[in-house]
Amino acid sequence: MARDILLQICRQLEPGSDGWWEEFVLPHRADLTITACLMMIQRDPMTREGRRTRPIAWEASCLEEICGACSMLVNGVPRQACSTLVDGLKQPIRLEPLKKFPLVRDLLVDRSRMFEELKTIQAWVPGVRLDDTGPGPRIAPELQQVQYALSRCMTCGVCLEACPQVNRRSAFIGPAAIGQAWRFNLHALGAEAAEARLRTLTGSGGIDDCGSAQTCVEACPMKLPLTDSIAALNRDLTRLALRDLWRKWRMIWRSRREMTGSEG
Amino acid sequence: MSQHRRDQCVIVVGGGLAGLMATLHLAEAGISVDLFSLVPVRRSHSACAQGGINAAVDTKGEGDSPWIHFVETIYGGDFLADQPPVLKMCEAGPELVYLLDRMGVPFNRTPTGELEVTKRGGGTKYSRGLFAGASTGQQMLYALDEQVRRHEAEGRVRKFEGWTLCSLLLDSAGRCRGISAMPLAAKMTVHAFPAWGVLLATGGCGGLYAKTTTSLICNGAAASLAYQQGAHYGNPEFIQFHPTAIPGEDKCRLVSESLRGGGGRLWTYRGGKPWYFLEEWYPAFGNLVPRDIASRAIYRVCREMDLGIDGKDQVYLDVTHLDSRQLEVEFGGAIEIYEKYTGEDPRTVPMRVFPAVHYSMGGLWVDASHRSNLEGLYAAGECEHLYHGANRLGANALLACLHGGKVVAQSVVEDLDQEASPLPGREIEAEVERQEDWNRRLLEGGGSENPFELYWTLREAMSHYVAVVRTSPDLQKMREILTELKVRYTNLNLGDSGRWANPALALARDLGHMMVLAETVTAGALAREESRGAHYRPEFPERDDSRWLKTTVAQWTPDGPRLWYVPVDTSLLTPRPRSYATDFLEEVRR
Repeated sequence: MARDILLQICRQLEPGSDGWWEEFVLPHRADLTITACLMMIQRDPMTREGRRTRPIAWEASCLEEICGACSMLVNGVPRQACSTLVDGLKQPIRLEPLKKFPLVRDLLVDRSRMFEELKTIQAWVPGVRLDDTGPGPRIAPELQQVQYALSRCMTCGVCLEACPQVNRRSAFIGPAAIGQAWRFNLHALGAEAAEARLRTLTGSGGIDDCGSAQTCVEACPMKLPLTDSIAALNRDLTRLALRDLWRKWRMIWRSRREMTGSEG
Repeated sequence: MSQHRRDQCVIVVGGGLAGLMATLHLAEAGISVDLFSLVPVRRSHSACAQGGINAAVDTKGEGDSPWIHFVETIYGGDFLADQPPVLKMCEAGPELVYLLDRMGVPFNRTPTGELEVTKRGGGTKYSRGLFAGASTGQQMLYALDEQVRRHEAEGRVRKFEGWTLCSLLLDSAGRCRGISAMPLAAKMTVHAFPAWGVLLATGGCGGLYAKTTTSLICNGAAASLAYQQGAHYGNPEFIQFHPTAIPGEDKCRLVSESLRGGGGRLWTYRGGKPWYFLEEWYPAFGNLVPRDIASRAIYRVCREMDLGIDGKDQVYLDVTHLDSRQLEVEFGGAIEIYEKYTGEDPRTVPMRVFPAVHYSMGGLWVDASHRSNLEGLYAAGECEHLYHGANRLGANALLACLHGGKVVAQSVVEDLDQEASPLPGREIEAEVERQEDWNRRLLEGGGSENPFELYWTLREAMSHYVAVVRTSPDLQKMREILTELKVRYTNLNLGDSGRWANPALALARDLGHMMVLAETVTAGALAREESRGAHYRPEFPERDDSRWLKTTVAQWTPDGPRLWYVPVDTSLLTPRPRSYATDFLEEVRR
């Protein structure tokens, strides 16, 4: 097993500056992850040509695929560096930052839009008071399983990266936030804000922008039912639109009747 | 933001369970909070708690109660924890879980839709663990994050995510009046944030070790810098090893203790046949013994008896005999982790595991109300020393974070009417300049030492010399290594003198603090000449209550830590020998 690992890493020191590629050769060991490789380079930051290079910036914390920090492109595929084993990857292994988010440095990007979007869709159970007592409403185990599956979203950004509809020219909110909207609409107390959540997902940037490419579901490391969320909220939105239409029609009908009434 | 009065603002550093819980309580009390975190708070280390949270709800009618939970916690902690705060925590358990339930945490359910409870960890035979799949901590972290985001959207909380703490702002009387901090993913310059007071919820220090299950952010640097500015540190020598981790190059991934709780068995081959060593050595608890005992047993099997699987540092954790539905619903996540990192299927092949650092019972010294010895400085969560004594029971960490976060907020609210005259501007500027000066020295240091290499050298040495079995020569050796590392640290070369998102600058600062804390852990371990809980000294293999039933308190001095000892409050339960060979609760029940 004396095989070496060849890594190609996309470098860029700050936003707007020129990027370049660097190559690194590392000794192969069993069960190595991409993170372990990046750590080896930190300890000995020598390129393939034998040139000392600056430390590589990337985001990482838990290293067990639960915090969502270390998303990057590995051979063009968005995924978590910490759970990507070197064995089984095609060499040279190419590491690039996610492209759908503003670059900070090297493999580090700014995903703050995702946290802002959680505000937009009111991703919380409203009206929780700390000094109340007793448990929340009963929940059927089947519903709990769906809520749990949705609630595992670690805001890693992989689904946005994979979605063809998310790009610089589009305002599409993306699959992650839609999944969370469904998660809270499915909760007995969270549903209080269900209509408000639906309304933020109408119009430009909303659910209509989904092109049904299904890439989000395939890419999601937590296997969230993202396309199910989009389908479910689409149905709810149709229902809401019909209700809006009915209300509008009824208003017109009433006002016309009043008008005809006064004429009579 | 107009109601944001700087003199009434409280700073919370750390956005894990404890920090978020405190933030929520402060915000609901109408107090403005500035919340600082190294990472977006949703990525905090609380997310890694897989197993569950203990709360004596006794829905299965086993006769469980907060008192029994308390007894097991004290006993599991080998009587080193002050007892009254622990009892309060156990009593608070059920309501804290109900609160998280109301926030929407998708806890597992019974067929009728009630909260499900199971055995989640060692040290108990009761079904006391509530859980949300195999990622209870993640789910609880998200629920609190969501509630805090609601306050943020309404302007009561300001978040500073991706910032590192540089120092506390102290006045001439040593009162804490704010912090200096620096952004990590931007231009790294130091900013001052004056405030009424500061609450640290910065997590544990497992990152002092290379073989650890903790996140990279858990390196103890924040607690260490507070300690170096005068905050006392309690029980530094008590570091928990989790018995069942997957050995790994970059980190040791955890296999949740709930697998042992749910029927998983530890074994190795002896004379060609499976040998269930825990079941033989501890007949009353078997595989349910606490973590320190299981970790020592695995060390004994692998290092002393040389019976590790394939002659390596590993034994089997076996769940192949368990029901496939139970494996899927209760332990699916834990099993997936093992599969992901080893490529083997635990449903059919036993898992290979070995102990790794998991938790620090010790931490900043606080009183029962979470006040530190410095006025205006508070601490909660894993960064303080209060609840777990010499060893933490599984599924008590999440509980301690929630409870501590609530108690610390109440203490802050009580103290808020104390007048605190603002810190003079020139003192604030002087502190910022001190920190900037350190930055400049690090960035311009033309030495030859790579900080990342020193960081790993420190962590590997700690894993080797201050681990499960702590011999005096090993601890002495660690002290020598630290002396040497400190010299090398004065000769750093960051490899990048830039200010923009420079990972070497952040690491070099942390490394300085980590060495101080490692020195304190080592000093505490060397001084304590007994074996208690997670602290095992082969030269002193017995617990010695006559000399050591005492909390270690450490104070930083330029010449190394000054240690002294204060008696433990054992007013509720008389200390007795700790043995899991028999059922100690029978004695307590009588």
